[in-house]
Amino acid sequence: MPNLLIELFSEEIPARMQKRAAEDLKRLVTEGLVQAGLTYGGAAAFATPRRLVLAVEGLLGASPAQREERKGPRADAPAAAIDGFLRSTGLNKDQLFLRDTPKGALYFAVIETPGRDASAIIADVLAGVIRDFPWPKAMRWGAGSLRWVRPLHAILCIFEDETGTEVVPLQVDHITASNTTQGHRFMAPGRFGVHGFDDYRAKLKAAYVLLDGADRAAQIWADAQNLAFAQGLELVEDAGLLSEVAGLVEWPVVLMGRIDEAFLGLPPEVLQTSMREHQKFFSLRNPKTARIEGFVTVANILAPDGGQTILRGNQKVLSARLSDARFFWENDLRRVTSEGLEGMGAGLAGVTFHNKLGSQADRISRIAALAREIAPLVGADGDMAAQAARVAKADLQSAMVGEFPELQGTMGGYYARAVGLPDAVADACRAHYQPLGPSDDVPSASVSVAVALADKIDTLTCFWAIDEKPTGSKDPFALRRAALGVIRLILSNAVRAGLSDLFVRANRGTDAADLLAFFHDRLKVYLRDQGIPYDVIDACLAMPGNDDLTLLVNRAQALAGLLKTDDGTNLLQGFKRANNILTQAEAKDGVEYSYGPDAKFAEGPEELALFDALDLAEATITPAMETQDFVAAMQAMAALRGPIDAFFTAVQVNADNAMVRRNRLNLLHRIRATCLRVADLARLEG
Amino acid sequence: MSAIPSDPPRSFQEIILRLQAYWAAQGCAILQPYDMEVGAGTFHPATTLRSLGNKPWAAAYVQPSRRPTDGRYGENPNRLQHYYQYQVIIKPSPPEMQALYLGSLAAIGIDLALHDIRFVEDDWESPTLGAWGLGWEVWCDGMEVSQFTYFQQVGGHDCKPVSGELTYGLERLAMYVLGVDHVMDMPFNDPQSPIALRYGDIFRQTEQEYSRWNFDQADTAMLLTHFEDAEAECDRILTAPLQDAAGREIIMAHPAYDQCIKASHLFNLLDARGVISVTERQAYIGRVRALAKRCADAFVQTPAGGSA
Repeated sequence: MPNLLIELFSEEIPARMQKRAAEDLKRLVTEGLVQAGLTYGGAAAFATPRRLVLAVEGLLGASPAQREERKGPRADAPAAAIDGFLRSTGLNKDQLFLRDTPKGALYFAVIETPGRDASAIIADVLAGVIRDFPWPKAMRWGAGSLRWVRPLHAILCIFEDETGTEVVPLQVDHITASNTTQGHRFMAPGRFGVHGFDDYRAKLKAAYVLLDGADRAAQIWADAQNLAFAQGLELVEDAGLLSEVAGLVEWPVVLMGRIDEAFLGLPPEVLQTSMREHQKFFSLRNPKTARIEGFVTVANILAPDGGQTILRGNQKVLSARLSDARFFWENDLRRVTSEGLEGMGAGLAGVTFHNKLGSQADRISRIAALAREIAPLVGADGDMAAQAARVAKADLQSAMVGEFPELQGTMGGYYARAVGLPDAVADACRAHYQPLGPSDDVPSASVSVAVALADKIDTLTCFWAIDEKPTGSKDPFALRRAALGVIRLILSNAVRAGLSDLFVRANRGTDAADLLAFFHDRLKVYLRDQGIPYDVIDACLAMPGNDDLTLLVNRAQALAGLLKTDDGTNLLQGFKRANNILTQAEAKDGVEYSYGPDAKFAEGPEELALFDALDLAEATITPAMETQDFVAAMQAMAALRGPIDAFFTAVQVNADNAMVRRNRLNLLHRIRATCLRVADLARLEG
Repeated sequence: MSAIPSDPPRSFQEIILRLQAYWAAQGCAILQPYDMEVGAGTFHPATTLRSLGNKPWAAAYVQPSRRPTDGRYGENPNRLQHYYQYQVIIKPSPPEMQALYLGSLAAIGIDLALHDIRFVEDDWESPTLGAWGLGWEVWCDGMEVSQFTYFQQVGGHDCKPVSGELTYGLERLAMYVLGVDHVMDMPFNDPQSPIALRYGDIFRQTEQEYSRWNFDQADTAMLLTHFEDAEAECDRILTAPLQDAAGREIIMAHPAYDQCIKASHLFNLLDARGVISVTERQAYIGRVRALAKRCADAFVQTPAGGSA
């Protein structure tokens, strides 16, 4: 079967866009080919800084011919109708034929579409894909009107079958497709011809271009680890940086250097951030000292001096950058020593947080007050929590955080320790932004938890109060993330607190019920990811105390556990049966059967046994619910399964005797009431 | 391409002279600096205005640039409130623009086989000029040595055809090529000259003087008045009748744009004096942008702007 190879050669494509672009190229081209009738066996896409590449194998040589029969008007239809049919089919009247049908004689047309050569289809599809490519940002260049991420220089497009390789005839603006490409910009700039993907890939490699980004990343990682290991250092993992760097080079050459002794006193986070953000260096840690002592940089060229010039240049830039960082660090330390950490943050009074929500300083006093209220709920000292909240954001005024915003919190922790604040306060400075994402660590120290909760609840209640809620994909203040942070803080620390009350205490202008509903939606998503189905959560949300998330989740976990057992699923069936019969009877009779059944009207052992079982279950459930021991309550409830099943097998609820019937309906009501104390089983599916 | 001298350059001025010779050999008109205070070479009308309209254009020039907030009294090894940019602008951008640029690095003594040259994504935007473009910052061994931009819009107008713009930060680039660690130590003329001058001999004192004036002394009330005067004058020039007293039809795009440049620099000075709050900042930038847009609107009505 024939194969297709496409290379779109351009000036440097931003690293962050390459992977997505390769996927888009694959999707759009293969979709276009299939739509035109060309099926294929497999496809693979690649990207380097200068090329997007697609290899398709097992392609049809031509699209199959198509024959379509179309039904037209009746033979005796008015001329206008027949003319309309002719126009729509593009045929003349001699080409139609008549056929008898139950509706009489009708005109029919046969429309034949011949198959098309693959190369004609490829040319059409690829030209369309190039013109409408979904770059996040595209540009024009020169005097042309074509748009690409950076100037597009060449198109290689070859179609290969048993008879050989042909260039697909394709022209996009001034660019004509060919079967040639070029190698590395500096090490092998000449053009060369290729036939087929394997040949292309091999020749590129000989011309110092590793086509596959995954290969480049793997090589960088392996070489960097080897270099580090030889020096007794370990490479600090950084997947994001690795993929970015792999997108900046066609031929990775890994070089290692040492950080000048003068900078080793800087906090490791500062070294790492400065090197990563400014220079895209990997950090090397000395496992003995836990300090960052070296770096790895990735060049795009194999230099004749073994990279010594390149390394020297990089080292020089690093020294300049780290001199800046050291200047910020020393300046900041001088400031906190003379002004205190709160003094460093004094300028926050002049920084607007949001024009309807006051300054950062206003925000900090709200958080401090709230942290004091939350403290007893998480076992923290109120004064300590308030003190931590007052200084936790002071580092926003430090020179270091001004330069590296991602070090917020981290620097606060250092500066708090430098002025001798308690460890709990310093830890809270560092940790109170956490958790930042679904996989980020959750603080567990009590003061950190108090400040972290206060920070996020203040943000949520304030934006709720001014009606700036997330809508659709828009969440400019990251409120979903804040809510998820609160949920994770509460659950992982088993915090017991009624959120509605906290919301109102945080901000009286907040619609607490609406915000709680928002939390419940986030919680459902969170718990579903943990394997707890929606209907189980709904059954628990319907119960009182649903603004205490720890309670809510304990209940949901107990219920989900119950429903995984046979007893649990059978009990659910029994409950539903009882509930259905009762609901129908109540609707029909227009009364509520809630008077309480009487055992003296029971007939037969199964019915009596159910009375006993309910007595027994309630005797366990009542104290269990008081201590919120949901597992015990649910076990007791599950024990009803046997007696309920036996009751329904032996007894007809709608008995002829009205007294017996009424008593049994009251008995069903008791089953329902008992179960509903534990969870709203009526909301469960199945 | 011009013959590349094989010996490395020995001074700041030699690097400038080699760039001038190189871009002259590529067919650029070698212009002189614009005679007004600007924050970057882009503000020179040879770039801002000439990137508008459909007339082909190719120019290169040194532009002294002033960034009052970057003043460090001549003490910082590479921060200056007054420094030089080298600017190249070619319209339409030629297909071999990257190769031409790399040739210029070779011309100033950067051996392309020995160094690691990279084009790293950097989208350029000038809120005061209402302009943006896509391109890269160019790295040499991890150091940013140039900005490379394909202009997409200037003064709110789509650039058709597109200009290719190169900006070299001359001091930083020269320090790297010459192996100097502090800008003030850099040889300005040939160190073998009878009177050898270093960068600091020429600029240390001026950096101190301007740093003091920019940060402490500039009269902010007067600067504010000047800003408003420039804004008003720009408006007056652009709303003047098309015909002069003798009946000649002359659009005064360049004089109006001079006022826009003035307003922009006055804003920078006010910013350095710390008298502009965060919210006001956006408003001032918006006012300068409005001027730039109107100047662009006027320029495209002129012959140089492509109006027949």
